[in-house]
Amino acid sequence: MREYYEFRFSGSGGQGIMLMGQILSEAAGAYEMKNVVQTRSYGPEARGGACRSEVIISQDPIDYLEVSKPNFLLALNQEAFDKYLWDLQENGTVVIDPDLVTVDPERVKGFNVFPVPVTAIAKNQVGMPVTANVVALGVMCSVTGVVSRKALESAVLAAAPNGTEKTNLKALAEGYKAASGFNLDQ
Amino acid sequence: MKRNDSIRVWTGNDACAEGAIAAGVNFFAGYPITPASEISEVLARRLPEEGRTFVQMEDEIASLSSVVGASFTGMKAMTATSGPGFSLMQENLGFAIEAEIPCVIVDVQRVGPASGVATHPSQGDIMQARWGTHGDHPIIALAPYSVRETYDLTIRAVNLAEKYRSPVLLLSDAVIGHMSENMVVPASDEIEIINRTKPKVSPEEYKPYLAVGGEVPPMASYGDGYIWHTTGIIHDETGFPCTSNPNMIDFQVRRLHDKIAFNRDDIVTVDMRQMDDAEIAVVAMGSVARSAVKAVKMARDRGIKAGLIRLVTIWPFPDEEIIQYTSQLKAFVVPELNLGQIQGQLRQTVEGRTKIVGVNRIDSKLITPEQILESIQNEVKA
Repeated sequence: MREYYEFRFSGSGGQGIMLMGQILSEAAGAYEMKNVVQTRSYGPEARGGACRSEVIISQDPIDYLEVSKPNFLLALNQEAFDKYLWDLQENGTVVIDPDLVTVDPERVKGFNVFPVPVTAIAKNQVGMPVTANVVALGVMCSVTGVVSRKALESAVLAAAPNGTEKTNLKALAEGYKAASGFNLDQ
Repeated sequence: MKRNDSIRVWTGNDACAEGAIAAGVNFFAGYPITPASEISEVLARRLPEEGRTFVQMEDEIASLSSVVGASFTGMKAMTATSGPGFSLMQENLGFAIEAEIPCVIVDVQRVGPASGVATHPSQGDIMQARWGTHGDHPIIALAPYSVRETYDLTIRAVNLAEKYRSPVLLLSDAVIGHMSENMVVPASDEIEIINRTKPKVSPEEYKPYLAVGGEVPPMASYGDGYIWHTTGIIHDETGFPCTSNPNMIDFQVRRLHDKIAFNRDDIVTVDMRQMDDAEIAVVAMGSVARSAVKAVKMARDRGIKAGLIRLVTIWPFPDEEIIQYTSQLKAFVVPELNLGQIQGQLRQTVEGRTKIVGVNRIDSKLITPEQILESIQNEVKA
């Protein structure tokens, strides 16, 4: 089958969930010339609460605009995990921050669950807590290989505010490092 | 790694704003409203960069007022809003139709009625677009189904407004406006730009509404030395009221309609897919058309002769293009994010010759391909 991925990033407003989707879309769309569609849901018209950003990446033109069977879920808070797990594909991959999300093993049977403390890594190893989303991007791309590391680095650099380029690259590298022990059994 | 600079990953609203820039829009006035605000946000930055004018007005009534005023002076003028704001614009929209003032109104549709559901999509403004302003009037409305098409149709809307001296509506929706997609930005020499026809006669001889049949009367700009009168009252070719002359009233209102009707082949665009042998036709527009494309493929995979009639032009309604298929079809399936606005128009067009079934959602969610497929399968069995 031709390449077709569905990603769902979820968490709270302010965690950089929308930006993650934007950077991945840019990496896949403008650097690797694949087709991308990103949709967003902000929850009830306000910041905070559960928000999500979904990205479809495909070699073929994308018809239906919404994610219906995600291959991948990132959950950076409990509400997002509880709300957005239900339609994950069989053998799908879940990345959670174990400091923010408690996983009931019964609920994730048949999925690959990778706990990565992205918030703590961003704070302690990178030294900038707001880069947790970039750490998570590194984890996600390391696990799925959906875009090349080079493309992702370029897209992160293009999105990084002036003066934060090195910090963001470090965050991305920490994400790849944290995921290096994970293998997908699909 | 180098990015491919001809590709942009834009939202529909980004593409609308950039399409406006490419089309030569040099005046935008608007009032923020979800899910259309990003069009204003982008243009508030981009128009001044290009040396053009952006104004945030106090409300939507003033937004369209200033757009119409700017167009009188020769500017290519546009505004963007959503359902509640579009309601407020109806009076000035009627004025612009009657006074024949080119302008573009973008309506990024959200769930209604009233304040509705601000962040979720709808196609509930189809009939407001057609009949929201009072009186017998023609209108042009286009509906994009992708980010790239939002760019292209914004340019086309500006061009049609200029060409036909008429307001043109671009009916986007919250899905198309807010989603991002990769698109190739066309080079500027690939983009056709149409400018309104200016009078060739002297200011003394100029009559601002002199036209017959499908002609479009040339329009002088205020400030060009042509002093001309205009009004929303039915007027004759001089622009002065003709309200005690029934023949002239009849002639002028019909002329407005003829201007669009005689040129409908230039205005109407329909995207037909796999219709040659189709027994079931899905009629769809905007974000729902993406679900429809998928549903038709799924049906074909199951050996069902399904086809797609995608409405790019909504008004004037593509009746001739649709009627040619009525005898070969078992049914039309009409998915839309409302309770049957396109379906109602289609019933008028088809006049009972073919069965029509709707797939309708008003719960703020997009119609899925599976829902459309189910309806197609039911009609095959029926």
